[in-house]
Amino acid sequence: MPVLKNIAAIAKGMSITFREMLAPTVVENYPDGPGPLKGAKVQERYRGVHVLQRDENGLEKCVACFLCAAACPSNCIYIEAAENTAEHRVSGAERYAKVYNIDYNRCIFCGYCVEACPTDAITHGHGFEVAAFSASNLVYRKEQMLAPMPAHMGANAVFNQEEVEAGAPAMVAPGE
Amino acid sequence: MSNGVSFGSYVTTENGKRVVKELTFGNPTPEGVVLTTLDHAVNWMRKNSIWPLTFGLACCAIEMMSMGASRFDIARFGAEVFRPSPRQSDLIIIAGRVANKMAPVIRQLWEQMPEPKWVISMGACATSGGVFNNYALVQSVNQVIPVDVYVPGCPPRPEQLIYAITLLQEKIQKERGTVRRALNIK
Repeated sequence: MPVLKNIAAIAKGMSITFREMLAPTVVENYPDGPGPLKGAKVQERYRGVHVLQRDENGLEKCVACFLCAAACPSNCIYIEAAENTAEHRVSGAERYAKVYNIDYNRCIFCGYCVEACPTDAITHGHGFEVAAFSASNLVYRKEQMLAPMPAHMGANAVFNQEEVEAGAPAMVAPGE
Repeated sequence: MSNGVSFGSYVTTENGKRVVKELTFGNPTPEGVVLTTLDHAVNWMRKNSIWPLTFGLACCAIEMMSMGASRFDIARFGAEVFRPSPRQSDLIIIAGRVANKMAPVIRQLWEQMPEPKWVISMGACATSGGVFNNYALVQSVNQVIPVDVYVPGCPPRPEQLIYAITLLQEKIQKERGTVRRALNIK
């Protein structure tokens, strides 16, 4: 009976359709999902936008050694170094990065800078929402990548170089 | 600015610092209620039916295909129909490095697309050449066609591309004078 065979074949096919219709959806609901990542699922090892770390005193870990810029295969890291002074202390060592720009137009998120960093100052965060209408907005400055102050230093007190130059009290590590 | 460069209304003050705003789009002068409402409706329809061109150049195209497939599913934005012909598409995603030989092809495909059309430059190579700073590649696709949204990454995750598409949707929604341009009214 070819008719019965055809009906059986259609029923078999449609059974999959109806079963899948009732199953929960598996789509990654990225912009509409819950949480800070808006439903995006990234691995712990995911290399997103860089985060410049601070030490436990709230000083920047970056000592402007230029190793990250040297390791970068696409030459996207631009650093200007400056000397720390007693009144104006930014990092724990002699020098600090006065300017630290990463050009995300060129960055390929390879992680070589993170591997090269001797002070673990530069790390990869999980930020991925970095598209822009203008390519010049993709050059990130130090202020955009710097980690917030540790909680006991006042998490909201973000170091601002221009304010210090304008006369605001510079941040000094405890014991100095 | 101390060097005397004036950015006009694009400069705003944030935390006591002068910042250049991200450029806005469209016509700042007020228009009639009917036209703006119509604009709004047309923009809403346009932004929810961005049809990309089936056009991949390198590894970024893999992520672009992944974005179109079921796990990330840009059908949620009405953008899942990858059109094989530029004459049916609204969006060209430059997904990969642009070789010098490919540049005129991209230009022609872009010119074949009907207005309104948008361009996403996907990944470091399309945006700036990335690591390939050499004679074979066009350093940034915006030397060939005008780019609307730049997506960094090597390659960008599908979520990053989805983020770029939501940015593009925002841009389309904010466009002014859509109806006048479509009807060719001055």
